[in-house]
Amino acid sequence: MQLTGNALCYGDNVDTDVIIPARYLNTSDPKELAAHCMEDIDPNFHQKVKLGDIIAAGSNFGCGSSREHAPLAIKTAGISCVVAKSFARIFYRNAINIGLPIIVCDGNFSDGDTLTVDLTAGTLQNKTTGENYTFPPFPEFLQKIITAGGLMNAMAGGDIA
Amino acid sequence: MPMTMTQKILAAHCGRDTLAAGDMILADTDLVLGNDITSPVAINEFQKAGCDCVFDCGKIALVMDHFTPNKDIKAAEQTKKVREFASDKGIPNYFDVGEMGVEHALLPERGMVTAGDLVIGADSHTCTYGALGAFSSGVGSTDMAAAMAYGKVWLRVPSAIQVRLTGKLQKHVSGKDVVLHLIKLIGVDGALYESLEFTGEGVAALTMDDRLCICNMAIEAGAKNGIFPVDDKTLAFLSDVGAKTPRVFAADADAAYSRVIDIDLSTLESVVAFPHLPENGKTFNEIGDVKIDQVVVGSCTNGRISDLREAAEILKGRKVAKGVRALIIPATQKIWLQAVKEGLMEIFVDAGCAVSTPTCGPCLGGHMGILAKGERCVATTNRNFVGRMGDPQSEVYLASPAVAAASAVMGKIARPSMLKD
Repeated sequence: MQLTGNALCYGDNVDTDVIIPARYLNTSDPKELAAHCMEDIDPNFHQKVKLGDIIAAGSNFGCGSSREHAPLAIKTAGISCVVAKSFARIFYRNAINIGLPIIVCDGNFSDGDTLTVDLTAGTLQNKTTGENYTFPPFPEFLQKIITAGGLMNAMAGGDIA
Repeated sequence: MPMTMTQKILAAHCGRDTLAAGDMILADTDLVLGNDITSPVAINEFQKAGCDCVFDCGKIALVMDHFTPNKDIKAAEQTKKVREFASDKGIPNYFDVGEMGVEHALLPERGMVTAGDLVIGADSHTCTYGALGAFSSGVGSTDMAAAMAYGKVWLRVPSAIQVRLTGKLQKHVSGKDVVLHLIKLIGVDGALYESLEFTGEGVAALTMDDRLCICNMAIEAGAKNGIFPVDDKTLAFLSDVGAKTPRVFAADADAAYSRVIDIDLSTLESVVAFPHLPENGKTFNEIGDVKIDQVVVGSCTNGRISDLREAAEILKGRKVAKGVRALIIPATQKIWLQAVKEGLMEIFVDAGCAVSTPTCGPCLGGHMGILAKGERCVATTNRNFVGRMGDPQSEVYLASPAVAAASAVMGKIARPSMLKD
C-alpha cells in the first residue's frame, strides 16, 4: 500500500496529553476527538491538517497514557501515517490494533515535505529532498493483525495464535 | 534457556516451556481492567465486532475513577454506558461512586491480583501490580475489548533491565524518590518495551506501598512492566487482603539482562521532577525558590494510607501557606476511612487542606483542582506533561508526599528539613 502526504513535523516525546488533552476525554466520538487533536502542542493543527498528511516525529512518540483516543484522533483528523524515530509501547500497539499505519524511521523531514510511503516494500521517499529511506517490516504476527484490518477482526478470524 | 521473572510468568500463560525476548505470544489473562475513560471505547469495539458474551465475567474489573463523581453530562453518559454494560454482561466487579477507588490502589486492596497473575488494563499505570509479583501492563481499549471477548492479549516478550537495590531509605525519602531517581538516570524511554526487574537485598526494606509506587511509574520510563520478587512481605500482604493463592515465579540466576543498574537506597535524597517530563528530576541542591499555587497528595502513585500518614506527620500543627490550595485525595474508601480513624483528616482540615472523595481528578487535569495559566503545582502524581493538570502554560512538579506536604506549608518547593519547628 502506498501513501503520499505532506509532513507535519514534531520533536521527541510527543505525549498523549498533547495529542488529545484529557479535558476532551469525556467523549469517545472520533470526530469530536479529532477536532482537538494535537491542540496543546500545535494549536493550529486542526486548521492546517489535510487528508493524507503524515506526522513525522522524533523518539518516543505517544508516550504517557494508554488512551486509544490518541491514535483515534490522529486517524480521524485525516493523518495517513505516523513516522517516528521510535514509539511508546502502548501507542504502538493501539495504532496496530485500530489500523493506523505507523513507521519507525530516522529521517530528515521538514514541515511541508512531500513524503511517499510504501508499506509493503518498506520504503519511504522524501520527494522534496530526494532522500530515500527503508524501514523494517512488521513481525509476521503483527502483519496478520494489520492484514485482518485490526485486532478484533484478527481475533474473530483466528488469524493469530 | 534462562528466563527473567517476567518471561516465566508469560510462558506460564501461553503454554510454553521457554520464551525469549522478542517472541510474539497470545497469552491468557487473569484479569482485564478498564476505567470510565477507556472502557466506553472498548465497549464500542466489543459491540462493533458483534461480540455478545464476555470470556469470564469474574475476570473483568470496571472502575469508574477518572472523571467521577461525574464531572459533567458527557462524563455521566460515559459511566452510564459502562454501568449498563456491566449489568448486561453480569460483571460483578463494577465499582462506582461509594465503593470505587483509584483503580490501581483499589484492586490490590480488594485482593483482586495475586503473585503470578497476568493482568492487563486499559490504563497505562496498570504496571502497578508488579509490586505483588504479577505481570501487569497497560494496553489500549481495543486490547481490552479483545481480552473481554476472548480472555487473551498479544504481547511481544520483553527483555529486562535489572535494578539492583541495596541499603535502606532515609526518613522522609520514599518509593517515589526511588522511581524519580531511576527515571532521571535512564530517561522517559530508557526502558522502552522492556521489563524493569527489581532485585537485591534492598528490596526487603521497602514497604509494599513503596513497591507499588515504584512499579506504578515503570511506564514513565517507557517500560512494559516493573516487577518485584515475591518475599515474606508480599505473601503477608496477599494473605491480609484475601488474594488467591500466589504462584511464585523467580528469575533464573543466569537470566540475561540488557542492562544492570545499581541503586544504594541509603544515599537517595528527595527528588522533584520539574516540568514537563518525569525524567527532569532535581535534588534540593539544584532547586532554588520555586513559589507554588497548589499541592495535590493523592493518585494511584501516592494516595495510599502510608502516603497520607507521611503528609499528616508534616502538616500536624502547621498551616498551609497563604495563597496555596492543598488537596488531599485518599485513593480508596477504605483508605479514606482509615485516615478518619487515625485522626489524619482532622490534621488535614486544621492545616487548611481540602479533602476529596477518591478520584483521579486533577492528576490528569480532569476536575477537582485544575490549574490556571502560569500556575504551579507540587503533586504526588505521576506525569508533568504540558497541560497535564490544566492550562498548557501551567506547571506540575512531581514529588513525594513528604515534599508535597512541606511545600504546602512553605508555599514553595520544600522538603521537611526546611521547615521551622
